[in-house]
Amino acid sequence: MATETQHYYVPNPSPYPFILSSGLLLLTSGFVFKMNNFAPGVWMMFLGFLCVLYVLFGWFGKVIGESESGQYREWEDKSFRIAMIVFISSEVAFFAAFFGALFFVRNIGIPELAHFDPSLTPYKGFTAIWPSAGPGGMVLGKLYEVAKFEPMKPLGLPAINTMILLTSGLTVTWAHWGLVKDNRRQLILGLFMTVVLGISFLLCQAYEYHHAYTEMGLTLGTGAYGATFFMLTGFHGFHVLLGTIMLTVILLRSINGHFKPNHHFAFEGVAWYWHFVDVVWLLLFVLVYWL
Amino acid sequence: MSTATTTATHDHSHHDHHAPSGVMRWLTTTNHKDIGTMYLTFALVMFLVGGTMILGVRAELFKPGLQLMKPEFFNQLIGVHALVMIFAALMPAATGFANWMLPLQLGAPDMALPRLNNWGFWLLPPAAILLTAPFTLALFGIGDGAVATGWTLYAPLSVQGGIGVDFAIFSVHLLGISSVLGSINIIVTIFNMRAPGMTLFKMPLFAWGWLITAFLLIATIPVLAGAVTMLLTDRHFGTHFFDAAGGGDPILFQHLFWFFGHPEVYILLLPVWGFIPHILSAFSRKPVYGYKAQVYSFWAIGILSVVVWAHHFFTVGMPVPALLYFMYSTMSISLPLAVLFFCWIATMWKGSMSFETPMLFATGWIILFGIGGLTGLVLADVAADAQYHHSYFVVAHFHYTLFAGGIMGIMAGVYFWLPKMTGYMYSEKLGKLHFWMTAIAFNMTFIPQFFLGLAGMPRRIPDYALQFAEFNMISSIAAFILGLSQLILVYNIVSCVRGKGEKAKDNPWEGAQGLEWTLPSPPPYHSFTEQPVVK
Repeated sequence: MATETQHYYVPNPSPYPFILSSGLLLLTSGFVFKMNNFAPGVWMMFLGFLCVLYVLFGWFGKVIGESESGQYREWEDKSFRIAMIVFISSEVAFFAAFFGALFFVRNIGIPELAHFDPSLTPYKGFTAIWPSAGPGGMVLGKLYEVAKFEPMKPLGLPAINTMILLTSGLTVTWAHWGLVKDNRRQLILGLFMTVVLGISFLLCQAYEYHHAYTEMGLTLGTGAYGATFFMLTGFHGFHVLLGTIMLTVILLRSINGHFKPNHHFAFEGVAWYWHFVDVVWLLLFVLVYWL
Repeated sequence: MSTATTTATHDHSHHDHHAPSGVMRWLTTTNHKDIGTMYLTFALVMFLVGGTMILGVRAELFKPGLQLMKPEFFNQLIGVHALVMIFAALMPAATGFANWMLPLQLGAPDMALPRLNNWGFWLLPPAAILLTAPFTLALFGIGDGAVATGWTLYAPLSVQGGIGVDFAIFSVHLLGISSVLGSINIIVTIFNMRAPGMTLFKMPLFAWGWLITAFLLIATIPVLAGAVTMLLTDRHFGTHFFDAAGGGDPILFQHLFWFFGHPEVYILLLPVWGFIPHILSAFSRKPVYGYKAQVYSFWAIGILSVVVWAHHFFTVGMPVPALLYFMYSTMSISLPLAVLFFCWIATMWKGSMSFETPMLFATGWIILFGIGGLTGLVLADVAADAQYHHSYFVVAHFHYTLFAGGIMGIMAGVYFWLPKMTGYMYSEKLGKLHFWMTAIAFNMTFIPQFFLGLAGMPRRIPDYALQFAEFNMISSIAAFILGLSQLILVYNIVSCVRGKGEKAKDNPWEGAQGLEWTLPSPPPYHSFTEQPVVK
C-alpha cells in the first residue's frame, strides 16, 4: 500500500465559507422581509446574491486551480467521489419528501376527505378523484373556489422531454468515453450536445408552464394537484438548470484543455448529477404525468 | 516514500507561515480542532441562551394564573427553546466532538473536506440569528415575535402564524444545510481517512455512532427541508399542501415532520452512545464489552428509527392496522437498546471502578437515560398514549432522553476530553459538585412533571388548574437550581481554557484507550501529518 506516509491536501485558511454564510443570511432574511412587505428586503436579497455569486466564482475557481496544479491525487479524489455520492443521496431524500406528499394526498388524504360522514363535514358532495383541486372552502380567511382545469397528459411535450433527457444521458456518457480515450473532439462535442439538450428541455418545460397557466387553468394554486405538479416538476427543472450550468462549466474547462483520461473527478461528479436528474424525471414522468 | 514526507513537511511550514491570527483565524480556518472548538463554544453559548428562555417559562409556571408574560410570548419561548436546544446546542456539541476527536481517533491528518467543514460551522450563527432575531424585531414594531408554534411547526397553525414562522423556516434550511455538510464530511472522513490498519471494526464506537448518525441525517434532514418548503409555499405562494379545502391534508405535515423528527432523536443520541462505552471502559479499567454487538445494535436502531415515526401522533385518527404497526415497530427498538444497556453494564462488571467526574456523568446517564427509555415504552402503547398524549408526561419523558440522555452524556464527554483539548485538568471537586447539582436538580424538575402528566396537565400552556400548583412550584424551583448549576460547568471549562489548574498528561485517565491519548495534551495544531500504522 502506498498510503503509509502519503500526504493529504489540507487547504490553507479560506474566507469563502464565511462570506457564503453571510450572503445566505442576507438572502434568506431579505426574502422573509420581502414576503412580508418590508421595503429593504429586495436590497438585502440582492446583496446576499452578490455574495453568493462572488463565492461561487472564487471558491470553484480556487478548487479548479488546485486541481489543475496537481494538488489532488488519488486519495483526495476518493474523498470527492464519496462526498458526491452522499450529496446526491441527500438530494434523493429531498425529492422523496415531495413524492411522499403526492402519494399521501392521492392515496390517503383525498379518499379520507371524500368519505367523511356527510353530517360531520363541511365538504359535502366531494368525490375522491385524481387529479383533484380539492373541495374548495375558506383558506387563510379568503374563499378558495375550485376553478376548472385541465390536467397534464403524458403524451406530447412531456414524452418529448423524456426523450431529450434520455438522449442527454447517452451524449454525456459518449463524451466520457471520449475523455477516457483522450479523444478531445468527442469529449467537447458530446458535452456540447448535452448542454444543448439540457437547454432544450428547459425551454420545453417553460413552454409547458406557460401553456398550463394561460390555457389549461392549471396554476400553483390549483389545489393538491397544482401544488404537487408544480413543486415536483419545478424543483426538478431547477436541478436541470443547475446541472446545465455545471455541464457548461465542464464544457468550457474541456475546451481550455482541462481533465486527463485518468484524472477528471469534476466531469464524473457532474455526469453522476446529470444521471440523477434523469432518473428523477423518469419517476416524475410515470408518477406525475402518466398514472 | 521519503519524497512524499518532504513535501508534507514543506507544505506544513508554508501553511503555518500564512496562518492568519486573531478573529481572521477563526473566520477562515480549515483546521479540524479550530472548527471543533467553534462548534463546542457555539453549543455552550446556545445552551445557556435556550436555558435562559425556558427559565422564563418556568417562572411563568411557578404559580397558576398569568404573571409575567402574555400567552403569545410564552408560546414563542417554548418553541424557540426547543429549536435552540436541539439544533443549536445538542447537535453542534456532538458535531464539535466529531471534529475534534474523529481525526485523532482515526489517525487522520484532518477532516476530509476542511473548507466545507468550516462552512458547516459558519452556517450555524446565521441560523441562530434568524431564529432569535424576530424577538428583537418585534421590539421595533416589525412582526409579532418569534415562531410561536412549538418546535414541531404543525400546520395549520404554522400556515397562519406571523413573520416568526418565515424566519424559522429559513433557519431550519440553513441548519439543514449545515447538518448535511457535516454529515458528508464525517462519512468521507470515516471511509477515506482512517490510518493504515484501522479497519472499520477497529474504529472507536464513537466513529460508528457518528457514521450512523450521519446516514440518518442524510436520509431525513432533506425531508424536513421539503416539509418546511411546502409550508413556505402554503403561506406565501398559494399552494394547498396542508389545507383540506384544496385537497391537501394538515396530517401530511405531521408525517413529513416526524419522518425527520423521530430519527432526529437517535441523531442526538447515537454520538453519545458512541463515546459513553469508552468512558465506562476507561474508568472500569476494562475493555469495552460487546463491541460488535453494540455496532450491530447501532445499525438496528438506525434502521428501525426511520420506520416508526407515526407514534408521535397516535391520537390523530389513523386506521387501526397503522396504529398497531407503529406501536409494535416502536416497541421493537427496545430490543437493540436493551443490548446496549447490557453491554454498558457488562463493561463495568467486576471492573476496578473509580468515579471521577466523567464516570459520574456516564453512570448517572445510564440510569436517567434508562428512565427516559422506559417511559418511552409507556408512550409507545397506543391505548396508554391516548391518555398521556400531549401531556406533561411527554415533556418529562423527552427531557429524560434529551437532557439526561443527550446533554448529560455530552457533559461526560466534556469532562473526559477537556484535559486532552485544553492541556489542563479541571477541578475534580467542582466537577463532582456540578454532577450532583445537575443530577438532583434535574430529577427534581422532571419527576413532578411525570405526575403532572399522569394527572392530566396538558403541555404548552401558560396557565393551569389549581390542583397542579404544588408540583409546578417544585419543578420551577428545581429548574432554576438546574440552570444555575450549569455556571459551574462554564467556570470549569473557562478555567481549563485559561490554563488554571494542573497540567494534563498525554493520557490523564489510567484506563483510557484510543489513538487520541497517544498525542500530547493539547495535541499539536497539525496532528498525524504522517499517519500512524494500527496493528
